[in-house]
Amino acid sequence: MLKKFKADLHIHTCLSPCADEEMFPQRIIKQAKMNNLDIVGICDHNSAENVIVTQKIGQSEKIAVIGGIEATSQEEVHILALFDNVKELFELQEVIYEKLLDFNDEEVFGKQLIINEDNEVIGSNNKFLIGATSLSLQEIVKTICSMGGLNIASHIDRSSFSIIAQLGFIPKGLPLDALELSPNYESQTSLFAGRQVNPELYGFPLVTFSDAHFLKDIGKSYTIFLMEEASIREIKKALSGEDGRKVMI
Amino acid sequence: MKLNQVIKELGLGVKFKISNLDKEVSGGYASDLLSDVIANAKKGNVWITLQIHPNIVGVATLKELAGIIIVNAREPEAETLKKAEQENIPIMVTELPAFEIIGKLYRLLRGV
Repeated sequence: MLKKFKADLHIHTCLSPCADEEMFPQRIIKQAKMNNLDIVGICDHNSAENVIVTQKIGQSEKIAVIGGIEATSQEEVHILALFDNVKELFELQEVIYEKLLDFNDEEVFGKQLIINEDNEVIGSNNKFLIGATSLSLQEIVKTICSMGGLNIASHIDRSSFSIIAQLGFIPKGLPLDALELSPNYESQTSLFAGRQVNPELYGFPLVTFSDAHFLKDIGKSYTIFLMEEASIREIKKALSGEDGRKVMI
Repeated sequence: MKLNQVIKELGLGVKFKISNLDKEVSGGYASDLLSDVIANAKKGNVWITLQIHPNIVGVATLKELAGIIIVNAREPEAETLKKAEQENIPIMVTELPAFEIIGKLYRLLRGV
């Protein structure tokens, strides 16, 4: 039977150096519950090391947690990669780690905290997570596709780190599953500039998520998926409108 | 100044055989944000960037730029070169970083 799922699939944890240090998995799940979210997506910059812990906490709180990474291409375009299985997610993480600098100055860029189920800091990541990989956008999107993941161009209405800002328009033939709009997308103009350049390329489904870096922003923007269960497989069907499934923003 | 003279004076590498190197260069524009180039570059400008993605050709075509100079010895992607050839957009390369090549180009075009 088809049900409505309220989803915010773009949330950072305290692993992202630019996210608030309060973004512990337990607090994220609590905040998601307060906002009546059914599904959250954990997408830290270039890493997935707080995914499993958040999934465990989500399970006990009856919130579906989809694991992901917000990858940075060499053109400095952000792409969300979400997976049903952590196996593929960690394979992608390996591909990314090989193409990322081994360095982080937490005084300058922020801490990259790894958390356990008991809400304790168990370590910190030492990759340059805020940086760009040396993978091209094309390579990243193709890799995500070949691993069966969902790929979404992040906050395409924003003037930094978005596909439109960095590349002017969406390259033809890039197999994106959807485009993400920021919570305040109505006030943005770059999206329309991009559309003027290449109107035929904007046949992609649109979604909107919070890109929360602070607890208060979780669920600020969300997308409703009408589908059978909380999975990437079902979300893909909803995005392409298969078998009565659909997306509402 | 004509593009072929700019190429000669700055010692730029040209990535393929192109027919329209006698275009007039109206000035230069430097940016790595393609949306910014769409908004602010002027017709006939030569564009200095480190971007190597195929979209640079689309932007240059749209804005009727004289050509693209890729800095820091970066190699354009194969697809970029293919598109540039189709669209007849001159792609030039230099080993110099942007600051150096822009300085030289500025002196050349403004005669200072």
